[in-house]
Amino acid sequence: MKKVLAAASLFFLFLAAAAQAVAGPRIEHWRAPSGAQVFFVESRAVPIIDVQIDFPAGDAFAPADKAGLAGLVRGLLDAGAGELDENQLADRLADTGAILGGGTDLDRASVALRSLSAPREREAALALLRLLLQQPVFPATVLEREKARAIAAIREAETRPASIASKRFFAALYPGHPYGQSATAESVGRIGREDVVAYYRAHYAARGATVSIVGDLARAEAEALAQRLTEGLPAAAAGDALPEVAPPGPAILRIEHPASQAHILLGQPALRRGDADHFPLFVGNYILGGGGFASRLMKEVREKRGYAYSVYSYFQPQKQPGPFVIGLQTRRDQAGAALELVGRVLRDFLARGPDEAELRAARRNLADGFPLRIDSNGKLLEYVAMIGFYGLPLDYLDDFPRKVEAVTAADIRAAFARHVRPEALVTVIVGGE
Amino acid sequence: MINRFTLAAALVLACAAAQAAPHEKILANGLRVIVQEDHRAPTVVHMVWYRAGSMDEKGGTSGVAHVLEHMMFKGTRRHGPGEFSKRVAEAGGRDNAFTSYDYTAYFQQVPARRLGEMMALEADRMGGLLLDSREFAQEVRVVMEERRLRTEDNPRALVYEKGMATAFQAHPYRRPVIGWMDDLEHMTAADARDWYRSWYAPNNAWLVIVGDVGKDEAFRLAEKHYGRIPRRALPERKPQREPEQVGIKRIVVKAPARLPYLTMAWKAPALRDARKEREPYALEVLAGVLDGHDGARFPRNLVRGARVAVSASAGYDGAVRGEALFSVSATPAEGRSVAELEAALRAEIARVASEGVEEAELERVKTQTIAAQIYKRDSMMAQAMEIGRLEAAGISWRDIDVLIEGIRSVTSAEVRAAAQKYFDDARLTVAILDPQPVKDGDAGRQPAPASRH
Repeated sequence: MKKVLAAASLFFLFLAAAAQAVAGPRIEHWRAPSGAQVFFVESRAVPIIDVQIDFPAGDAFAPADKAGLAGLVRGLLDAGAGELDENQLADRLADTGAILGGGTDLDRASVALRSLSAPREREAALALLRLLLQQPVFPATVLEREKARAIAAIREAETRPASIASKRFFAALYPGHPYGQSATAESVGRIGREDVVAYYRAHYAARGATVSIVGDLARAEAEALAQRLTEGLPAAAAGDALPEVAPPGPAILRIEHPASQAHILLGQPALRRGDADHFPLFVGNYILGGGGFASRLMKEVREKRGYAYSVYSYFQPQKQPGPFVIGLQTRRDQAGAALELVGRVLRDFLARGPDEAELRAARRNLADGFPLRIDSNGKLLEYVAMIGFYGLPLDYLDDFPRKVEAVTAADIRAAFARHVRPEALVTVIVGGE
Repeated sequence: MINRFTLAAALVLACAAAQAAPHEKILANGLRVIVQEDHRAPTVVHMVWYRAGSMDEKGGTSGVAHVLEHMMFKGTRRHGPGEFSKRVAEAGGRDNAFTSYDYTAYFQQVPARRLGEMMALEADRMGGLLLDSREFAQEVRVVMEERRLRTEDNPRALVYEKGMATAFQAHPYRRPVIGWMDDLEHMTAADARDWYRSWYAPNNAWLVIVGDVGKDEAFRLAEKHYGRIPRRALPERKPQREPEQVGIKRIVVKAPARLPYLTMAWKAPALRDARKEREPYALEVLAGVLDGHDGARFPRNLVRGARVAVSASAGYDGAVRGEALFSVSATPAEGRSVAELEAALRAEIARVASEGVEEAELERVKTQTIAAQIYKRDSMMAQAMEIGRLEAAGISWRDIDVLIEGIRSVTSAEVRAAAQKYFDDARLTVAILDPQPVKDGDAGRQPAPASRH
């Protein structure tokens, strides 16, 4: 008993030390004259700056019969802008040493730039970024080429068990909803240049944009930069509304495939960004299947039985309820046994929740390990952009360790009961016997 | 032109001036400890690298280096199976490991104040691994699943595996790191024990620490935790050099896929002496000219211009213990044949051989190299990886600036000379993916059984 007490008081000491050390970075926020929301963290440790502009222009905003449009528009921003063609843009950007990144997910279209912070390189790189954001040309010949490349990639993906599983899984989770649609050769084939231009005009407005800036510059410089990047964007904004998600019924889909492993996905629509249950689900999922070797799924499926190399679970919070997912791959003749085991682990977790030792271990990892989540500008930018785009509180990072510490086993059980309904799970099995 | 040159030069200076160099100390048992202080955040990366990779394996036990990597998490005399990762997790950390042809490495990323605990754990398994037979039997099944996932069901990985096995007949790079399935099926705990006893010694390892810790404290902790592990005699390493190739090699790999895929690899010199050699730098710049950025020749000419490829890449890594290859890989565009694509890839290299490269192209590649070096400083993990990998190839972290200067001083004439010298068919292996149709049938949608809940 005494030992336990001593351990407990040590525990609190650690906590106090941790709480002192991990005050989150200060996120400054303002609205640029252009109407764009700006989020900024000054970080002088390395002579670089990272800028990311997010628009509510992700894959879910494309019409169903033209799925793939959002990705094409984003990809074509640097296919020619102002007076420069795609090769000149690429060369000039390479001359500055900057790296252009970004892409689309369900909700967002992102354009990201990493540049050296030395004034000459920085100004040259940002001028190019401004040009491709505000004056993209969308040349018809490049569009046709990029459509052909996209179709080739889609056809290739249609042969791969992981891609087939993911596509069928989202379609089954979100029937009739844009989260369930994915690009096909036909939908991409239907896209014309007028669709691309109209999509850009409707969805790349300053008033829907968030600009996230992390790096080696002062607030005043960040203010000027954000305004310059967004002042010439299209005026009208289509808004960021997406249809409500109707929960699907339970289903098991089996798709034949010759692969040596079956690819299995289970899940359902579950969680919005900003939901009050976020932290109980996050901590609970660490215990169920998010915490690597510390997780129950890994212990049962991999460690105890050797059924799989990779087995995991996660929540993917989106603007509308994003999925809860369990995934694994296993030798085709043991797919049934592995699936049965996964179901048992999930049902047991939902019924009983975590035990105290598991909860303690999860809190220690997630709260004490918090500094690892923000120890580079690259990692920090991802959080700042997410906080900005989804309108989360600016003290989200400050509060992170405290919110993790506050989660109880009862919170986890209750939150899982609200968000995961085992009787309505969708299961997709590609391959297997 | 002049401007760009100055830019590159100025960047190197800025880069060198802004960060203090790492520190190194060798313990009495031969363990080398390399510390890069980085105090921007209260975290640290701790890595242990062993000079023991798949190239050190013997026939019949391919994959044992990687299987042993898995077994390192399965318990020591002091800690039970799985306890290693559990303790790292409870320290707020993340851990993992990776195996390559040249090395096996283990790392933890943790809050800086937990560094000592990580060293205690890592030192414990450097000397006291159990290698229980039942744990082994279970874990080797996991590795077989990993092989199915990464290689058996991945057509391009199959092309790479068969391509390496064709390019090399004598050199051990012919064996896949993950091992042949048949070798995995017949592997025993005794094979893993032999491997561990042969190579896991402090004098065959180096420690890389990057993060919020003072060098003196890091050296003190390293001495305390690793200092008592005794040095051991290591097995003799035979060179196993590849005999000269005497003609082109071609293979076809049939696998379920839609698009063909082509990879071509030429035998090329490796970097052995960072200060004396020139050709490896020229080859690296050549790879950059072909595929180093979005404006490079492959994306510009093959993907966007001639539209003969939907994607094309080039790569050369001279920092290896064994033999080096210069390789290009590409996927043909719809309606274009693999033969056309091969001709187009060859033509790009031939053009460099006959015309050289423009100054502007050269400068662009150098700017990428230098900028990448600065961007690397944003990530402690990236810094630790750079140090660890160079050391694995026998190149000291002290030569990182020499390597950058080596790239920076490459001339158009050197690139051209390298393109003329190393791309004849007698050095070449071509591997082609011949896509086989996949029967994609829907076995039917069924309502979930009532027993689900």
